[in-house]
Amino acid sequence: MITRLFLHLLVLFALAPLLPGVIGKTKALFGGRKGAPFLQHYFNLWKLFGKGLVISRTTTWIFRTGPVVGLAVPVIASLFVPFGSLTAPLGFNGDMIFVIYLFALSRFCTATAALDTGSAFEGMGAAREVTFACLAEPALFFSLIVIARLTGSLSLTEMLGPGLLAGWHGAAASLILVLVCLFVVVLVENCRIPFDDPNTHLELTMIHEVMVLDHSGPDLALIFYGAAMKLLVLGAVVVRVAIPVNLGNQALDLGVFILGMIGLAVLIGVIESIMARLQLLRIPQFLIGTILLSFFSLIMLLR
Amino acid sequence: MLSLLIGAVAAPVLGRWPRRSALAGFGLAVLGSLAGLCAAALVLLTGQTIAFSLPLTLPGASFAILVDPLAAFFLAPLFLISLLGAIYGSGYLAKADGPATGRHCFFYNLLVLSMALVVCAANAILFLFAWECMSLTSFFLVISDHQEAPVRRAGFTYILATHLGAAALFALFLLAGAKTGSLDFAAFNGLHDLPPLFAGILFLLALGGFGSKAGLFPFHVWLPEAHPAAPSHVSALMSAVMVKTAIYALLRILSFLPPAPAWWGGLMLVLGVAGGLFGIGMAATQKDLKRSLAYSTVENVGLIFMALGFWLYAQATHHYFTAALALAGALLHIWNHCLFKSLLFMGAGSLLHGAGTRDLNEMGGLLRRMPRTGLLLIAGAMAVTALPPFNGLVGEWFIYRGLLEGGIKFQGLAAALPIVLVGLMAMIGAMVLVVMVRIVGIGLSGEPRHQGAAAAHEANGRMVGSMAVIALLCLAGGLMPALLINPVVAVAGTISPGASDLLQNSGCLPYWIGGMGIGVVLLILLIFVGSRLLASRQKAAAPTWGCGFLFPTARMSYSAEGFSELAHRSFYCDCLRPRVSGGQPVALLPGRVVFAHDAGDFFLQAVYLPLFRTAGGFCSRMRGLQSGLLQIYLFYIFGAMTLLLGWLALD
Repeated sequence: MITRLFLHLLVLFALAPLLPGVIGKTKALFGGRKGAPFLQHYFNLWKLFGKGLVISRTTTWIFRTGPVVGLAVPVIASLFVPFGSLTAPLGFNGDMIFVIYLFALSRFCTATAALDTGSAFEGMGAAREVTFACLAEPALFFSLIVIARLTGSLSLTEMLGPGLLAGWHGAAASLILVLVCLFVVVLVENCRIPFDDPNTHLELTMIHEVMVLDHSGPDLALIFYGAAMKLLVLGAVVVRVAIPVNLGNQALDLGVFILGMIGLAVLIGVIESIMARLQLLRIPQFLIGTILLSFFSLIMLLR
Repeated sequence: MLSLLIGAVAAPVLGRWPRRSALAGFGLAVLGSLAGLCAAALVLLTGQTIAFSLPLTLPGASFAILVDPLAAFFLAPLFLISLLGAIYGSGYLAKADGPATGRHCFFYNLLVLSMALVVCAANAILFLFAWECMSLTSFFLVISDHQEAPVRRAGFTYILATHLGAAALFALFLLAGAKTGSLDFAAFNGLHDLPPLFAGILFLLALGGFGSKAGLFPFHVWLPEAHPAAPSHVSALMSAVMVKTAIYALLRILSFLPPAPAWWGGLMLVLGVAGGLFGIGMAATQKDLKRSLAYSTVENVGLIFMALGFWLYAQATHHYFTAALALAGALLHIWNHCLFKSLLFMGAGSLLHGAGTRDLNEMGGLLRRMPRTGLLLIAGAMAVTALPPFNGLVGEWFIYRGLLEGGIKFQGLAAALPIVLVGLMAMIGAMVLVVMVRIVGIGLSGEPRHQGAAAAHEANGRMVGSMAVIALLCLAGGLMPALLINPVVAVAGTISPGASDLLQNSGCLPYWIGGMGIGVVLLILLIFVGSRLLASRQKAAAPTWGCGFLFPTARMSYSAEGFSELAHRSFYCDCLRPRVSGGQPVALLPGRVVFAHDAGDFFLQAVYLPLFRTAGGFCSRMRGLQSGLLQIYLFYIFGAMTLLLGWLALD
């Protein structure tokens, strides 16, 4: 139990900052550039942790809480999510509800921290973040229900356990749709193109980046680290649904998982390279489409 | 109860001495509530029933009292909130003059007394008497500030809506009494083998009558009018407790009726989920903080009705475990909502007290000026959003778990219903987050946008203290969910036999949520301390970065309407969208532009007000009866006596 916990946290803390590096490298290759090294994000975090802080005079303790919760939530949530075929350290009946509300906690704290600065730009980002979540959450619930119905369990580690492979034999069509929907949820929740552009410096088009305009130094490092971990935790669900194999050897399984995560990051990089950001008012329509798609996958299962 | 009654009488008598009047009125309310709380806790813990009956001279009536675990389950939060509300109220009205305090205490004590009597009554006449008393006393509390026209209008809407509901209740009890031959609740058990049609009529009457008091969609119109108008601790009491007495009464009536067919549950859950979506949608567009909270009550009541409806539906289709989960979820949410909604209303009251406004747009920067109130209000906002580590999650977990159980276990397309409900509930939950982030972010943080907010002062000790107690209870419920789950599981067994065994033997009760909540809190503290140590080296204070604007002012920050604009533009239907006028600058050198944003209630405007107007027009024709001449009234009394004598002679 303790070793599993340590292994899980080790993978989380060590692997998470690699993913933004892989995405960046992919985008650079598509753009014909050499790009920053894979480990750039580790260097960035190290640099930011060593810096001082500039804090707005308008802010209160809420402003400092946002980044902290933003890091704490993915750490706790990761304990419920299996990494590949490595089972999660914790698993309870109905823990998927808890995990979804954990991410709501981080959204609450990040958005209020943004509004705490009193800046119109950050208010804009906060409003967008909380509004789009209204449409992402039903899609996430529907997708998870498909998996729950296939595996007959409501705890994430069992839902994404060995029962999933049998599910692929019986209901492959539903699972493919679920995979698409979950991938869209990962893109929305992690503020990637086509929903949000993590690189742009036009504040009017951003969501997540505009919320953290006033954070600096160690606080900004916490935010970046938390965001990378969130990508890892939510991405782990997608990777597990896509590759539900169990090789029986822990080292091999871990290797498959890490390769899967890198593959996911490359896929995100490819999408960011070949797609433009959606017009802001199109995003809700796109998300409603995703909800319908996930519901359709359920109907196929119920029939 | 005696103490409450004495308090009610003593307060206005002592009206000439404000301090003594407040002390007597609120002090006796505290004492009475404390005694009631102890009695309710005793019944809940031991599972015993207190029952006694005194004959009354009125025909059909008796002073029959029955406190079983179901009643005690509703009495416990009732007395708790009345107790804290009285303490809060004594701080809130500290500057009021003697007669006003006396009047207020008189109605407050009577309201608590009548609500308790509604829950305890075991006779239809006594119940209706207490029910009317509750409506009238709360009406007088709503119009405490009757010098203001909007308050009078709100009170009028309230009394009309509540009496429409009461009319259905009179019909319900008279029909039931005619069928069983007695108006005692004990005899109502004879209704168990009614024909389906008659039982259905009784159910619809109960749903309409009690639903209008509970704020069930589409009978909710009085809530957003009355709650902002009332003093805040009264809003807390009405929103947290009074609407629950109606849910109690509905559960009581359901226990008399034959086993519910599936359509009863279906109707309740459709109205419930519609109310949830409508309530939270409207809450997101209100700029009045207390109106927004009132709509959030409509949403929460909707969720409770949805869970209760799903309970009946699942029971009718023989999915007993699913039904038990939904019932436990509804009961938990009833308790949780009592706690966090009273906390939020009291917090809104403190903001009103400190900053002098209920308009979110005129607030801002209040967390710096009212740090303790702000902290407690944020705790309430997190609890209502069902975020860990607070109590709201425990209740919502049960409701979700019940729906998911249905979604997994129901065969074929029958599973689509709970699955759709899960999706809608997730959407409601995410909208609650929008509403609460808006209240915290626009109201409490940023820079003050008005002089009132800039000069705001912290609330006094009694107000902060009673809020702190509720906030601690919310936290305790989240960190030690056994405190909530165990009594609820026991009470679920008395409502639906077998439910508590099913729940206890399932091994899936979420006691672990408490441990996880503690984990979340510890980890947050750890990272907080860690990052503080790291950041202690260099820290500089600067103004918020204006993205290139050199002189940003508070007027440029996000407003309450702006925050929810994206939401209502993206997914509201036209009739719910606020009506916006002006705001477009015209011509090359635009002058002053006025922007108006009106988020009125569609149902009140389009359905109820025309109805009220028609009824008013009809009633004004009967004005001739009220001539104001004493002789005429004496004649009426004489006529009524003659008719009564004639009736007796015929009997």
